[in-house]
Amino acid sequence: MLKLAGLEALVLNENSNFVNIGERTNVTGSRAFLRMIKEGDYEAALAVAREQVEGGAQILDVNMDEGMIDGKAAMVRFLNLLAAEPDIARIPIMIDSSKWEIIHAGLKCLQGKGIVNSISLKEGETVFINQAKEIRRFGATVIVMAFDENGQADSYARRIEICERSYRILVDQVGFPKDDIIFDPNIFPVATGMEEHANNAVDFFKATKWIRHNLPGAHVSGGVSNVSFSFRGNNKVREAMHAAFLYHATAHGMDMGIVNPSMLEVYSEIEPELLLRVEDVLLNRRPDATERLLEFADTVKGEVKQQTADLAWRLQSVERRLAHALIKGIVEFIDEDVEQARQNVERPIQVIEGPLMDGMNQVGDLFGSGQMFLPQVVKSARVMKKAVAYLLPYIEAEKDGKQEAAGKILLATVKGDVHDIGKNIVGVVLACNNYEIIDLGVMVAPQVIIQTAIEQNVDAIGLSGLITPSLDEMVHLAKEMERARLTIPLLIGGATTSKVHTAVKIEEHYPSGAVIHVLDASRSVTVVESLLGAKKTDFLSALRADYQKIRTHHAKHQAAKELLSLEQARANRLQLDFNAQNVAAPNQLGVQMHTPLIDELIPYIDWTPFFQTWDLHGKYPQILNDEVVGDAARKVFKDAQALLAQITEERIIECKGLSGIFPANADGDDIQIYDPNSKKLLYTQLTLRQQTKKVAGQPNLALSDFIAPKTQQIQDYIGAFVVTAGIGIEHYISQFEAKHDDYNAIMIKALCDRLAEAFAEFLHAEVRQKSWGYAANEQLENEELIAEQYRGIRPAPGYPACPDHQEKIGIFKLLDATNQIGVSLTESLAMWPAAAVSGWYFGHPDAKYFGLGKITQEQLEDVAIRKGKSVAEIERWYSSILL
Amino acid sequence: MTNSALYQAIQQRILVLDGAMGTMIQRHKLEEFDFREGAFENHTHPLKGNNDLLSITRPEIIKEIHRAYLQAGADIIETNTFSGTTIAQADYQLEDAVYQINYQGAKIAKEVTLEFTDRPRFVAGSIGPTNRTASISPDVNDPGFRAVSFDDLVDAYAFQIAALIDGGVDILLIETVFDTLNAKAALYACDQIFEKRGMQLPIMVSGTITDQSGRTLTGQTTEAFLISLSHMPLLSIGLNCALGASMMRPYLQVLHQKAPFAVSAHPNAGLPNEFGLYDESPAAMAAQIEQFLQEGLVNVIGGCCGTTPEHIAAIAAVASKYSPRKWNH
Repeated sequence: MLKLAGLEALVLNENSNFVNIGERTNVTGSRAFLRMIKEGDYEAALAVAREQVEGGAQILDVNMDEGMIDGKAAMVRFLNLLAAEPDIARIPIMIDSSKWEIIHAGLKCLQGKGIVNSISLKEGETVFINQAKEIRRFGATVIVMAFDENGQADSYARRIEICERSYRILVDQVGFPKDDIIFDPNIFPVATGMEEHANNAVDFFKATKWIRHNLPGAHVSGGVSNVSFSFRGNNKVREAMHAAFLYHATAHGMDMGIVNPSMLEVYSEIEPELLLRVEDVLLNRRPDATERLLEFADTVKGEVKQQTADLAWRLQSVERRLAHALIKGIVEFIDEDVEQARQNVERPIQVIEGPLMDGMNQVGDLFGSGQMFLPQVVKSARVMKKAVAYLLPYIEAEKDGKQEAAGKILLATVKGDVHDIGKNIVGVVLACNNYEIIDLGVMVAPQVIIQTAIEQNVDAIGLSGLITPSLDEMVHLAKEMERARLTIPLLIGGATTSKVHTAVKIEEHYPSGAVIHVLDASRSVTVVESLLGAKKTDFLSALRADYQKIRTHHAKHQAAKELLSLEQARANRLQLDFNAQNVAAPNQLGVQMHTPLIDELIPYIDWTPFFQTWDLHGKYPQILNDEVVGDAARKVFKDAQALLAQITEERIIECKGLSGIFPANADGDDIQIYDPNSKKLLYTQLTLRQQTKKVAGQPNLALSDFIAPKTQQIQDYIGAFVVTAGIGIEHYISQFEAKHDDYNAIMIKALCDRLAEAFAEFLHAEVRQKSWGYAANEQLENEELIAEQYRGIRPAPGYPACPDHQEKIGIFKLLDATNQIGVSLTESLAMWPAAAVSGWYFGHPDAKYFGLGKITQEQLEDVAIRKGKSVAEIERWYSSILL
Repeated sequence: MTNSALYQAIQQRILVLDGAMGTMIQRHKLEEFDFREGAFENHTHPLKGNNDLLSITRPEIIKEIHRAYLQAGADIIETNTFSGTTIAQADYQLEDAVYQINYQGAKIAKEVTLEFTDRPRFVAGSIGPTNRTASISPDVNDPGFRAVSFDDLVDAYAFQIAALIDGGVDILLIETVFDTLNAKAALYACDQIFEKRGMQLPIMVSGTITDQSGRTLTGQTTEAFLISLSHMPLLSIGLNCALGASMMRPYLQVLHQKAPFAVSAHPNAGLPNEFGLYDESPAAMAAQIEQFLQEGLVNVIGGCCGTTPEHIAAIAAVASKYSPRKWNH
């Protein structure tokens, strides 16, 4: 059994049919091919190879033996190019040369198991043995010519003598596998007019039969076209001769041969008269056989057989032809097809955006579904590139000489990764859209990327990678870019990359710039346009918000993955020290009313969220000077100031708030709140405990951890507050709405929201410094307040530390808020007026904000029991935090 | 003597190969200094991530990982030399360290195997694919270009193999073959060294089927891959990396039917999730592997990316229940 391989296996056994070896990629046999190689037109040369394969060749013979060319270089170049043509490379290659150095160089290019054609005893046994050994090291099969120190075998006896001797040396001395030995017992021309050539075919047939019977395992091959050498120029006769020769040779045991499949008639289709005369010659059946065939040949000269290669696809519409060329990787007709497509559309770019991208999408789909594999896609990318190259001058011309690029984009496949098809497609697509592309290729070190980006002053960097470690490499590069203080946007693409990975793992390392995941090449243009265009800020803030959402979602998802049992979580609670230093007795217990003037609250306003309301993203006050949104920010800020002055003046809006401080102690995860006078239990506040699995040393928090437990017998305290800055807001809203002034209607709401938040901040400071008084000497600027650089926290129900909105009910009850200041709770527990804030005060120095994360059904059931309700009753309040 | 013990063992039972080295090294959260200390402290190029160096700078960590795999039931452990060629190390400008990487990598692995006396344990010198391909052009505009030549690969592999042999490996494992021509160069180098030194070591070859197309990165089918590398008398041929166990099965069936050698498999712990992490559990992986052990597809079974001693222990447990694949030499 002979086993060979290109990209696919070719296994020959006794039952196999004759194996066709394509012969046109041979400079000695084809003048056209020689010219292509001489002129360096390898594209045409590859087309010849493809034609062979499409014509049915099962092995491809490649020969570069010509004095006028550098045969070794041409062999290497052509084999390397063939390797990139999966349609061709699927079949095994036969390296055909009489020069050992060309054979040796060729072997170094074949990943498959090919055939060496040929070696012989011509230069003696030593050379023969060494060459055979070396071929063996490459795992190739070998063709041995019937040739020895005395010359080429030209008789039956010489043929079998040389073949037997060669076989014994290979098998016995070199250890060559018998199945990997192929003999070429020399096919010589017949009908030459010389008597000694008359028996050439017969001797070949007989030698073949002898070899197959006497040299086990060995195969027989030969160059068939030699036999018809005398009839060059008369294809009809040659095709018939080849067919008849093969018919008899295979019957004698020849199992492969170098044949031009497009120069081959079907034996049974040969007209009887021609066949008779051909066989008379081949089998040397009569002395005048040659004359009779020549006679016949004169009558058929000039008839040309039709090209049989499958070109049916050329009859389809131009769009389908382009798709076919892209999928099959055929560059041959691309220029004419693209030209035709160009004439069908208004602007040349539409050819790219239309049929070419459609074709590439089909390639992408086929690749994704495993019907195409990598080398084919590479080939498609090249067809695409060629098509684009054809269109570029037209695209340029359309631009009226305006050569300015829309932007400069650096592309690279990261260090350690060789995959760049996607990246190249992105490059092509962007270039087509008038971006200047600097493509650094594959396996690019981060330093090179950064350095080039700086030197070339690029507008964006696109990173690509296919394999998993490339993800880390991208993270690394993001860090390095941050370290280099770059702000250039970073685009992430490639099969293993994802939006989630980009949002969670990469973005955080490059805060100075933007990091954008680009799903596929077709999105790259939109992304880059958004990134370099006027709407950059909008695009980026939307993107950042989106990524933030992904991160939050992911964090929840991750947290959800490993939740502790309630018992485990409680065992890992925070155990604080409670003593005179950190448990402060308030100056004044009980509830107090506060009615500050708007002027008093203005210094406490955190303006940054105000701008967010207007979709202006950036930190206050820097946002006022922002290059892009600065103008808009200044304008809205000015209008806000005017309205603020107006409402301050008019005093229609009232700010009312309540604060209360109560004795309290923790009881497990509950906080029991007592009447300041009677010390009776007023209310039990339920707190929820984090169940996320923590790293060692990190506790599973509940708000109750910040209050001294009952068991410690230390009197601790908790505060509660409700504030609003929305009383009277309806007056303004109805006024503005009557004037269809949506702008100011939104503005007043936004301002009151800010004032309510400012009120909460203001009141918290009042409580810390006065009524509770544990921070009597605190002096903080607004920025420090915003950054929460003070002792104690004021978590609000509905926010991460206590997502349970139902806690508002307790706060409102404790403070009697609805009656006292006119703030009520809707049935879904929203506060009305909307410009209101409520929450708890915790005074312990170690109290801090945290996110609860997900809880288990177990905790929900526990809460239900603590509340004395059924799970069904309370479930809906917990749906978003329940695992 | 080791050789005959190995050939005997592979006939008698399914041999267990170890799991991932990188995954285990990651657990140690090493920093730049760990890759430098004592040997490369003044090296100008960053070295973090060049795991092969740890055999020199942090041998105890590597030995501990080897030990963990042997304790988990591995019969064969792989040296920490996957990137130990002058070609791969050129990225770090550490061509000069290649001999030490391989020599020390082999030596410490061998030392750890000698701690285990219950049954023979073997050291396979890990020979990676390098980071260059002899069959594909990295330049899309010039598909005929090659970033590395066959001769360069032979030289680099020969240097690595010689050092691995000096360090005492029992087996040479040419793995993660994504370009068959690279592997051919490695086999060429083996043959050259064997002839020069008048010795032989068993060779295992393991290819990588990139995806569901069933092809290697360079486009070969599993059978073409097998045929292209069958010219040396291999101990085994198999598949590793890129795929999880169940996805690998159809291609292992091809090898099982056609290979005249033992068949090996060391799949990944599933496919990477969106973070590039492998999170298939030991039990899940072992269950998939059990399927092809039942079918008698393999003789050597282990793990690649993302696998841990826990995975190998689970795999060893199922492997002990089945007989090895039978094949015609």
